[in-house]
Amino acid sequence: MIQYEHDQPLLVAENLSKWYGKQLGCRDVSFGLYPGEVIAVVGESGSGKTTLLQLLSAQLAPSRGRVLYCMRDGATRDLASLGEAERRFLFRTDWGYVHQDPALGLRMSVSAGANVGERVMAIGWRHYGRIRRTAGDWLARVEIDSGRIDDAPYTYSGGMRQRLQIARNLVTRPRLVFMDEPTGGLDVSVQACLLDLLRCLVAELELAAVIVTHDLAVARLLSHRIIVMKNGEIVETGLTDQVLDDPHQPYTQLLVSSVLPP
Amino acid sequence: MSTVLELTAVAKTFSMHLQGGIRLPVVTGVEFAVCAGECAVLAGRSGAGKSSILKMIFGTYRCDEGNIRVHADGRTVDVAQAQPRQILLLRARALGYVSQFLRAVPRVPTVDVVAEPLVVGGMQRDAARRKAADLLHRLNIPERLWQLPPATFSGGEQQRVNIARGFISDVPLLLLDEPTAALDAGNRAVVVDLVAEKKRRGTAVVAIVHDEDVRAAIADTVIDVNRFTAAA
Repeated sequence: MIQYEHDQPLLVAENLSKWYGKQLGCRDVSFGLYPGEVIAVVGESGSGKTTLLQLLSAQLAPSRGRVLYCMRDGATRDLASLGEAERRFLFRTDWGYVHQDPALGLRMSVSAGANVGERVMAIGWRHYGRIRRTAGDWLARVEIDSGRIDDAPYTYSGGMRQRLQIARNLVTRPRLVFMDEPTGGLDVSVQACLLDLLRCLVAELELAAVIVTHDLAVARLLSHRIIVMKNGEIVETGLTDQVLDDPHQPYTQLLVSSVLPP
Repeated sequence: MSTVLELTAVAKTFSMHLQGGIRLPVVTGVEFAVCAGECAVLAGRSGAGKSSILKMIFGTYRCDEGNIRVHADGRTVDVAQAQPRQILLLRARALGYVSQFLRAVPRVPTVDVVAEPLVVGGMQRDAARRKAADLLHRLNIPERLWQLPPATFSGGEQQRVNIARGFISDVPLLLLDEPTAALDAGNRAVVVDLVAEKKRRGTAVVAIVHDEDVRAAIADTVIDVNRFTAAA
C-alpha cells in the first residue's frame, strides 16, 4: 500500500548506466520509488532488467550515475558511499532479495527454521525460544506446515522453497524488497498461490518492491507502476493499467499483444 | 451544486504501431461537467468512445489533449497531466470505477474482494467486511458464496460482486461502465436504488447504461457522445 504522506522517495536511480566492457547492460535509467510502492520492470531476456536490479541493490557498481537511498534515520545516502556497517545493515535488515532460484537465497542443507532464524540472529537476536517461535510464525504466514520446520529445504518442493525464501527475507521487516522473477519456473497453480501471498504481504507490511518479471500478469497483479525495458533502456513507463491497457510505444504494444489469452 | 468533474477539449487517438502505425482517432473536443449529487449518462452508438472517455477519467487511458479536472478531497487534480502517484492517490480517496468485467484475483474470498477498497483506505478489516456483507446481501449474492473466490461465479454474480466493490466506499466521483448489462430486473432495481443513494450523499456519477429504464431512472443529464466521435 502506498504511503502518500511520504513525499520523499525511498530510492532514486539517477542516470544509471552499466557496461560490461563494450557490452551494454543498461543505460540512463532514472526513476524514483516511494515507500510502499511496487514497481514492475518488464522486458524480454537481455533487456537489462537483472542488471538494473543488481545496480539498485548495490550488488553491482554502476559505470555511470548513482542510486540514492533514504536510510531509516531519514538521511539520503549514495549507495556507492556507504560504509561496510551500513551496507551490512541494508543487506541484513532493511532490504530483502528474492532470487528466481530459491537455492541462491537459501541454505539448502540447514533446516527451514534455521534459514529464517539466521536472518534475525544476524541482527543480534539471541534467545533461542523467541527465534524459533518467530521462525514458526513466519512459516505459517507463508503457508508451510509447522511439521516441516526442522526439514532442510532440499526436501521441499519448488513452491515451498520459494515461500521459504520469502519468509527468510521478510522476517526482519525490510522496507524494500527486490525480486527477480519470483514466480519463474513454478507451475501455474503454485504461481497463483505465491502471487496472492506476495500481494497480501506487500500490502500488509507496506513494503516497497522492485519486481523484475517477463510475465505481464504478475506485473498487473502486484505492481502500481511498470517500467518497460528494451536493449538496456527504458522505453515506456507509467501506471500499470495505463501501460498494459493503453501502451504507446511499439515495443510495449508488441509485448502486450504477444500474450496468449488463456 | 459544486462541480466535481470537468472535461475540456479532451481528445484521444490510438496509434497502432504493429499495424503499420495506423492512427485511430476515437474522440475529439469532449466537453462536459458533472456536479456533486448529479448523474450524467454517456449515450451514443457502439464504438462512439463512451468507454474510452470513462477510462480517460479514471486514468487507464492516457489523454492526448485537453484537461480532465477532478475537484475532490480538497484539491483539484488534472488527470490528463497528473503523475502516476497523484492518480493512485485520487483513486484511493476520490474515484470509484465499476468496470464491465470483474478482474478476479485467485484465492481471495468474495467478501474480501468487496471490502478491499475500504481496507486500502484504512478501515479495520472486520468493519469493512461487515459493510461488504451488507452490500452483498442487498445485491442478492447468497451468503454461502461469500467465502469463495468469485472466479467461478456466473457472469451476473461476478458483475454484482464488482458493483458491490465499486459502491462500498463513499467517493466523490463514481464511474459506471454498463453496471446492469448482465443483471435481471430485480437486481437492476437494486442498482438504481444504490445510485440514488450515492447521489443523495453528494456523489457525482458518470455512467454508461444501455437499458432504457435504468437510464431514465438514474440520469440527470444525458451526454450524446456521437458529437465527440472523431472522424477517421
